[in-house]
Amino acid sequence: MTMALGPQDLGPHAAFIVLSYAAAIAIVAVLVAWIVLDRRHLTRELGELESQGMTRRSERTGDDKT
Amino acid sequence: MPLIDLANPSRFLALASRVLPWLTAATLLAFAFGISQAYLAPDDYQQGATVKIMFLHVPAAWLGMLAWGVMSVAALGTLVWRHPLADVAAKAAAPIGAAFTLMCLVTGSLWGRPMWGTYWVWDARLTSVLVLFLMYLGVIALWRTVDDPARAARVVAVLTLVGAINIPIIKFSVEWWNTLHQPASVLRLGGSTIHPTILVPLIVMVVAFTLLFLTLHLAAMRNEILRRRVRTMQMLQADARA
Amino acid sequence: MTGTLTAVTALFIRDARIAIRIGGGAMIGVLFFLTVVTLVPFAIGPDLALLRRIGPAILWLGALLANLLALDRLITMDQEDGSLDLILMARVPLELAVATKAVAHWLTTGLPLVLAAPLLGLLLNLDPQATGAVALTLLAGTPALTFIGLIGAALTVALRRGGLLLAVLVLPLTIPVLIFGVAASNAAIVGPVPFAAPFGVLCALSLMSLVVGPFAAAVALRQGLE
Repeated sequence: MTMALGPQDLGPHAAFIVLSYAAAIAIVAVLVAWIVLDRRHLTRELGELESQGMTRRSERTGDDKT
Repeated sequence: MPLIDLANPSRFLALASRVLPWLTAATLLAFAFGISQAYLAPDDYQQGATVKIMFLHVPAAWLGMLAWGVMSVAALGTLVWRHPLADVAAKAAAPIGAAFTLMCLVTGSLWGRPMWGTYWVWDARLTSVLVLFLMYLGVIALWRTVDDPARAARVVAVLTLVGAINIPIIKFSVEWWNTLHQPASVLRLGGSTIHPTILVPLIVMVVAFTLLFLTLHLAAMRNEILRRRVRTMQMLQADARA
Repeated sequence: MTGTLTAVTALFIRDARIAIRIGGGAMIGVLFFLTVVTLVPFAIGPDLALLRRIGPAILWLGALLANLLALDRLITMDQEDGSLDLILMARVPLELAVATKAVAHWLTTGLPLVLAAPLLGLLLNLDPQATGAVALTLLAGTPALTFIGLIGAALTVALRRGGLLLAVLVLPLTIPVLIFGVAASNAAIVGPVPFAAPFGVLCALSLMSLVVGPFAAAVALRQGLE
């Protein structure tokens, strides 16, 4: 087995191989983006609510039972 | 720290935030290794370089199954033990499972075109994966349609478990149906004896994808807990103003 | 024990009466079945040979969809008029109650489809043997369709616009029934495959759903209405 580190010949169906990897990357990227953007949105909302004086019950009573 | 402490959402959040960077790093490393292995893998004697698509397609299929398994265990947690994090785990897993099932379908289709000449073949495996995808979409739809998160969790849990029973049945019946209409050419996906030079990259990619699932799932669970807190606080706020 | 039997019988008679009386359940299902079977030739063309070949499949699809549409009369109707609460509070085990409702539903909605199939087979140019085979497989398979649909109906009972969601949830679960129903029909008509094999699996699926359906539906109802 030759360890070719340069651009490999992907054969006659190279387009399909590249497309598959592109699609996989795109799907994972969408998942990651959804999670990251969602988190930002949620932490922002939490911050707003907290600054409006809403505290979670546990912070008032000292125990934690969300 | 005993495992039971994980049931506490705040402690879970803290733990998740500590673990996630390491998980992310491990995932990236595994993929770096996996992709390089896939790149260097030799061509299959029958399929040429397109066998490299298998390194995406098989892990995606595995994750599609794994996610439903996670949802099923979580469903038991919701119905039987009322574990607070079970709801969160189930809801977080659904879109991730759906996405990887879609990846399985797309890569399968793109693999099919050069191999079988068409983008879609009613192959037993592709078809049962398509049905699995539909079931994921049904679960996601049900999550969004029921307002109260706790009630949604319970109803989705029942559907998940019914689905878990049904998926083997569907797979069996689709395979049976497919063998009735088997095309003349023999379909051999990779063959029964996979050479190590192809098997090793495949295993690495499966491991890498599994790490990816764990990372995404943990992060999504963290978001879900935050979402519930926001909802609770918004409801308190509405109460306070009323 | 006699108390339960009386209660179950009463529930059964009530459901059956409502389904027949309102003129909704039983006849509308058959009417929809007829409509679907009529539409197919418009889409496919009047090629009789082709219609005969795919006839069993069209009949099965029509029956499946007709059954699906009738499902919201199974539980949601009771929830709307409050009788579902009574059923939940009764001493009859919930599993038994929903099973009784499902049996009544099948007798009034599923069975008419089975009886209508031979007539519709004429429209599709099926010969008597083929029609008989389809009717027999429908007889064995429609209980599965009803009892699987029962699960979906229980899951979506609390949703007001649950109709389409119900379809999305139920249809994937009914795929095995469809596969073996059509396969058995074709086996009787053409097939190299003996009729007994797929027909046996079809019966097995129905029997299984008779058990799993009520239990899953009861759990879904309790969890969904808490």
